[in-house]
Amino acid sequence: MIDNPKITDPEKEKRKIKCVKKMKEIMTSYYIDAKTAVQNNKKVAWITSGGPVEPLIAMDIIPVYPENHGAMIGAGKMGADLCSKAEDMGYSRDLCSYARADIAASPINGGPIGGLPKPDMLVCSNNICGTVVKWYEIQARYYNVPLFIFDTPFIHSEPSPEALKYVKRQMGEYITFLEEHSGRSLNHDRMKEAGILAIRAQNLWQEILDTAANRPAPMTAFDAFFHLALIVTLRGTSTVVDYYTELLAELKERISLGIGMVPEEKYRLLWDNLPVWYRTRWLSDKLSSHRASLVADTYTSAWCGTTHLYDENNILESMAVAYSSVYLNISIDRMYEIIRGMIFKYGINGMIMHSNRSCKPYSFGQYDLQKMIMKNLKIPVLIIEADMVDERAFSESQTETRIDAFMETLASG
Amino acid sequence: MSNLDAFYHALENPGRYIRQWKKETEKRAIGFFCSYAPEELIHAAGAQPVRIFGSGENMSRADSHIQAYCCSLVRGSLADALSGALDYLDGTVFPHTCDSIQRLSDIWRLNSPIKMHIDVILPVKLNTASSREYMNDVIKKFRRDLENKMGISISDEEIIKSSILYNRIRKALRELYKIKSMNPGAIRGRDLHTAVKAGMVMDRNVYADHLEEYIKELRSAMHGASSDRYKRVFLAGGICNIPDIYSSLEESGGAAVWDELCTGTRYFDGEIKITGDPVDAIAERYMERLICPVKYRSMNERSDSLVRQVREHDAGGVIFLILKYCDPHSFDYPDMKKRLDMEGIPSTLLELEDGRGIDGQIKTRIESFLEML
Repeated sequence: MIDNPKITDPEKEKRKIKCVKKMKEIMTSYYIDAKTAVQNNKKVAWITSGGPVEPLIAMDIIPVYPENHGAMIGAGKMGADLCSKAEDMGYSRDLCSYARADIAASPINGGPIGGLPKPDMLVCSNNICGTVVKWYEIQARYYNVPLFIFDTPFIHSEPSPEALKYVKRQMGEYITFLEEHSGRSLNHDRMKEAGILAIRAQNLWQEILDTAANRPAPMTAFDAFFHLALIVTLRGTSTVVDYYTELLAELKERISLGIGMVPEEKYRLLWDNLPVWYRTRWLSDKLSSHRASLVADTYTSAWCGTTHLYDENNILESMAVAYSSVYLNISIDRMYEIIRGMIFKYGINGMIMHSNRSCKPYSFGQYDLQKMIMKNLKIPVLIIEADMVDERAFSESQTETRIDAFMETLASG
Repeated sequence: MSNLDAFYHALENPGRYIRQWKKETEKRAIGFFCSYAPEELIHAAGAQPVRIFGSGENMSRADSHIQAYCCSLVRGSLADALSGALDYLDGTVFPHTCDSIQRLSDIWRLNSPIKMHIDVILPVKLNTASSREYMNDVIKKFRRDLENKMGISISDEEIIKSSILYNRIRKALRELYKIKSMNPGAIRGRDLHTAVKAGMVMDRNVYADHLEEYIKELRSAMHGASSDRYKRVFLAGGICNIPDIYSSLEESGGAAVWDELCTGTRYFDGEIKITGDPVDAIAERYMERLICPVKYRSMNERSDSLVRQVREHDAGGVIFLILKYCDPHSFDYPDMKKRLDMEGIPSTLLELEDGRGIDGQIKTRIESFLEML
């Protein structure tokens, strides 16, 4: 048999981010470590994407993210199958598809990596939604392991002094929980080190996202969706700092060479909500065909939106405040202020909101945000209906028609 | 007007009742969501706490503000607020419960004509020292927020008076439920449901009197009627805004003898201590009472409590009443059902939507479930 020589389009090759290969290696080795934790006498904690992970890193407990698992299931187009399995278990089709897919994957070791490693404990912060609390309760019962809830009171206007006191006090309870269930005690120097690395990683992530302010944008939100996995899963380690340093250098080089991700970029769009994981490639190609670059999003920037609240000299308490102030834990009017800032920073011409059936706290309020943005900022906003993982809730033809019509409006506007 | 008529009258048109009440008393009315709203303090502030249910009418009014994959309680209430149907309210209180109510609070604040708006961001977990302290802090903050926004001051004496009244009401409601459990034929399900919900709308002092008299009436009318003819059913879930459920049950030979609904026992469970700091005492009841799925105390709490109550009231089966798109209840359902299966307690799930009522399909489900018992 003769191997077909791989035909590469030099134009396309030029646009590819070269670091990607390394990123894949890092994630693979991370999952191998996690899946062999028992053999290596290490504890595994499942944690929500917005949960305070730094103490786990400082205590050598391996953090595992069911939400990242959900994203992989979605990207691997295994969502509909696992979600329908969850429905067979009695879970309503209207529930979050990350939760459904993960709950259904547990008993059958389903999903692209043959299931997540069994947790020794669960850590759940409701700063992103109330759904995670229910989801983690179910998994705590299923695996019969202890659950810690880091409860972050929602911020409708300003964080109340009562809430700040509460979240700070919980940090102490969290450490006690971890010490009790890992049999180790927290070394405060290592804690500080993890905290400082987390701050550096977040700053780097912000710089990476900010490269897209350049015209043409050297990366798009689709690249951010992919590279996000590191700030989510390895925040607090030097691995993410090293990788992001390299990625940032590559992006800066692209800027100096004038390499944009979208050929002949003309329109610059902002994305709201989680990605439609099973259609990212399709959507990216669709937008490129309109010379539209999705230069920023409210989702991946949530992992660096509160860096300014960290204090290196008071890591634990400042972390508690930062974690309770994240993007999804704030009111629509506060979200609007952040979106407004992004529209100016990235030179946005139009916005696409993903009305995501799986994520009520992210999606409810979009209609009002849409009106505020269109009225006050004169930026057109398209809302598309989909689901982040369950492809049964997505209509490609309908979405395509709506995007085409939206892009026509932009072109004529 | 008989006691029962008074309940029906108030609930049939809460707006009419409250407008009339305001005219007579020249006091303010404050709407609230959920059984976790500390309404004792609203009452102590001299205002009338009114639970918002959503009329189910003109639901499409909410469509330009919230997606269709949201529960009918949230959409219906928002539609009512936007249409002016809630214009008798001087303010709204949003306790932190689910993700949908959380966002509803934002949308409401930005769009509804009701200007006074208070969020009560309660803790989600109720099992730690920090959450206990925070619960106390938040209820105290709520008192201050009410004082500031209403331009009044609420005395400890008023709070104690209010707590005593609420204890009286809750005790009477427990009595009423016990009558139903001991003698299901003594009171129609629909009447019981109306009697409970009227207490979320009516002047609480007037209501307490009616309720106690109603219980006396029921007691004197009972002459040892046998309860054997009813298949005893337990209702699990959130709020019930569809009284036809009770009629359907009874038409099929069943009776709901106990529940864990927000429009039922979850509302009246627990007593406020009358000693010590009066606000802390209110906070303590919210820490201890029967939880709903948006609060966490321990891993199996809801299943344990369900099985215990089903046994205590000798129910032959459980009907889960869950509003479509209610995430917290839908997440709890499979494990609770599994637990009931293990205990040999039959159950069925009815997914409901306000404004839809009961269709033939639901009736058939109820009938065939009762046949199984």
